[in-house]
Amino acid sequence: MSPPALSLDGVSCTFVARDGVASGYTAVRDVSLTVEAGEFVSVVGPTGCGKSTLLNMAAGLLAPSTGGVRVFGEPLAGINRRAGYMFQAESLMPWRTALGNVMAGLSFRGARDADARALAAEWLQRVGLAAFADRYPHQLSGGMRKRVSLAQTLVLDPDIILMDEPFSALDIQTRQLMENEVLELWGAKKKAVLFITHDLDEAIAMSDRVVILSAGPGSRVVGEFRIDLERPRDVAEVRATPSFVELHKAIWDVLREEVLAGYQQQLAKA
Amino acid sequence: MWRFIKPSRRTLRAWQLVVLVAIFAAWHVLTVPGLVPHFLFSDDNQAAFFFGEPLKIFDRIRHWFFVDRDIYVHLGVTLLETVLAFAIGTALGLGTGLWLALSPLAAAIFDPYIKAMNAMPRVILAPIFAVWFGLGVASKVALGVTLVFFIVFFNVYQGVKEVSPVILANARMLGAGRRQLLRHVYLPSATSWVFSSLHTSVGLAFVGAVVGEYLGSSQGVGYLILQAEGSFDINTVMAGILVLTAFALVLDAMVGRVEKVLMKWQPQAGESERL
Repeated sequence: MSPPALSLDGVSCTFVARDGVASGYTAVRDVSLTVEAGEFVSVVGPTGCGKSTLLNMAAGLLAPSTGGVRVFGEPLAGINRRAGYMFQAESLMPWRTALGNVMAGLSFRGARDADARALAAEWLQRVGLAAFADRYPHQLSGGMRKRVSLAQTLVLDPDIILMDEPFSALDIQTRQLMENEVLELWGAKKKAVLFITHDLDEAIAMSDRVVILSAGPGSRVVGEFRIDLERPRDVAEVRATPSFVELHKAIWDVLREEVLAGYQQQLAKA
Repeated sequence: MWRFIKPSRRTLRAWQLVVLVAIFAAWHVLTVPGLVPHFLFSDDNQAAFFFGEPLKIFDRIRHWFFVDRDIYVHLGVTLLETVLAFAIGTALGLGTGLWLALSPLAAAIFDPYIKAMNAMPRVILAPIFAVWFGLGVASKVALGVTLVFFIVFFNVYQGVKEVSPVILANARMLGAGRRQLLRHVYLPSATSWVFSSLHTSVGLAFVGAVVGEYLGSSQGVGYLILQAEGSFDINTVMAGILVLTAFALVLDAMVGRVEKVLMKWQPQAGESERL
């Protein structure tokens, strides 16, 4: 059997406190998680539970304090070259046009300018922004910028796609539209996806598997659910099916505890 | 009638012109001997002696540019000094700013020295530069560079420090190496800060050139002003100041032009497009 596309083996991440106090902040503790090639895995958890930390370790932007990350069986050191990362916050370079942003990764990796341009234009077309190629990010709407980000990530054809609440800033209609687009693009290529979200509906509607993280600090995996809903799915329609409702209830029972615990901790701190 | 001339976007230029004319008219009325009875000074000629007379000043400028045609060489020298000081100071500030912002250890070592040099009143250095570099163009350029450098340096430093960490992480994930990050992320991000400083620094380059000339030279507009002051020729001094002001405005407008082209990716307040 081939090794999983991405595996986190007992990773912990402790941030050293700024004032040098001995006890740092442990965001995640002893988390193990695998994503098979072609599998769509979502991680849900209460706010502040270290979901983004997990993703940053998978991307190689952050080195785990203990444990290790393996990519297709190889231990990861430095940036994960086989992964594409879609960030939660605005990540486009404001001084590059939409086309320039999509081209960026290709030219960083040494592609010829003409080739990069052609491929980038093709991807802009695919996310429906062919007419906006020469616009700068500030001239695009939030949804359009996310599409550019999507094209920017996928144009490099990564084997692993990491997504950190990519649609959390979008309104509900745009969001469902984008979710369906991502599912469609994913369905065609079947890449390994690690998807972070705080929205349980989104997680269930899109994933093969949902992993639940406990409240921080020192989050760990508290539950895992296989989502065996039929594909292809429509994120809006699938929500109405009985099996979706059942799964939602089962997962929410686990998640609720953690959300309440996380909330209590925040209150205690305040 | 008032509807057409009332201040608005359309009549902006006209109103600006009105203010200019009003200033010179007041200047003229208050200084020309005998036009209005003297009320501040003890005789009719004193106002003209202290403040100059606009008509004579304009006549001086006309002679400089069209009759004697002797200002061009001086103006050329001053502008050359300004442009050189501006270019060298900006390049040095940009390079040093990028270097120190990207290597925190070097920044920590040099921090007190940078602060000390910036706090030093640099105009004091002008005579020393004259000794080192002679009375020609080089000493004025050196003075201008010391003024421009710090403005650009601090802005670049700030610009690099404030690069969005998300954009940086994204570029790294897209495969950018160290040099590519510098070229495609740090530099463009710092440029927006540099441009906000260029308006200030082009003015300071000009100040450096003129002050340098004023303190010791044989050419340049600053030299002309110094000569005129030596003979209490207030009209020529004022004419020199007017010419300098006009050219400072031209330089500033040129920077604005370049900025508009290079910074077109920046959102402008209330920008909208007619399709």
